[in-house]
Amino acid sequence: MAVDRLESLLRGAFPDAGELRVEDRTGGGDHFQVTVASPRFEGMSLLDQHRLVNDALAEPLRDGTIHELRIKTKGTG
Amino acid sequence: MSEVGDRIKQVIDEEPVALFMKGTPQFVMCGNSGRALEALRAAGAPVTAVDILPDPSIRQELSELSGWPTIPQVFVGGELVGGADITQELAESGELKRLLEERLGAEYATGEERVVDVLSGVA
Repeated sequence: MAVDRLESLLRGAFPDAGELRVEDRTGGGDHFQVTVASPRFEGMSLLDQHRLVNDALAEPLRDGTIHELRIKTKGTG
Repeated sequence: MSEVGDRIKQVIDEEPVALFMKGTPQFVMCGNSGRALEALRAAGAPVTAVDILPDPSIRQELSELSGWPTIPQVFVGGELVGGADITQELAESGELKRLLEERLGAEYATGEERVVDVLSGVA
């Protein structure tokens, strides 16, 4: 399932994530809300934080698995 | 770079606030594009909108230029701010107004909303 694939890609990119969630917003398997809390985000601009998430999900973004993506990032401090 | 790419770059570089979206401000075709637009409007930003839907080359060239994979994309003073989530978050915290002032000057809100067609080059 797409949710599991996205979650494992994010786990791989953020092994130290405290909170890591992928929600299928519509039940259709292509509109997602991802939430990642990681110490890596500390001191980074929102733009760079979201870039890291986009990079982790580059493949499903490219192959059309993700039709719509909402991102919420948090530092853990 | 293609003609479309050149026009996209021109919009990014020359427009104070550029919003690449699905649809137009008058006819928004995607919830995320609408969220970004409303966040910009709430901050009084003079939005220059580009509809990416008329041709797939627009989105492709845009993402190559910006390194950002999704739509919408917001640029202020030639620099990428982010997509809908970032724009909304910055608007809610009040940072968007600060950023607009910083990059465009205190009088930034005097401009008008408009739409640019990057396929034909007609504003």
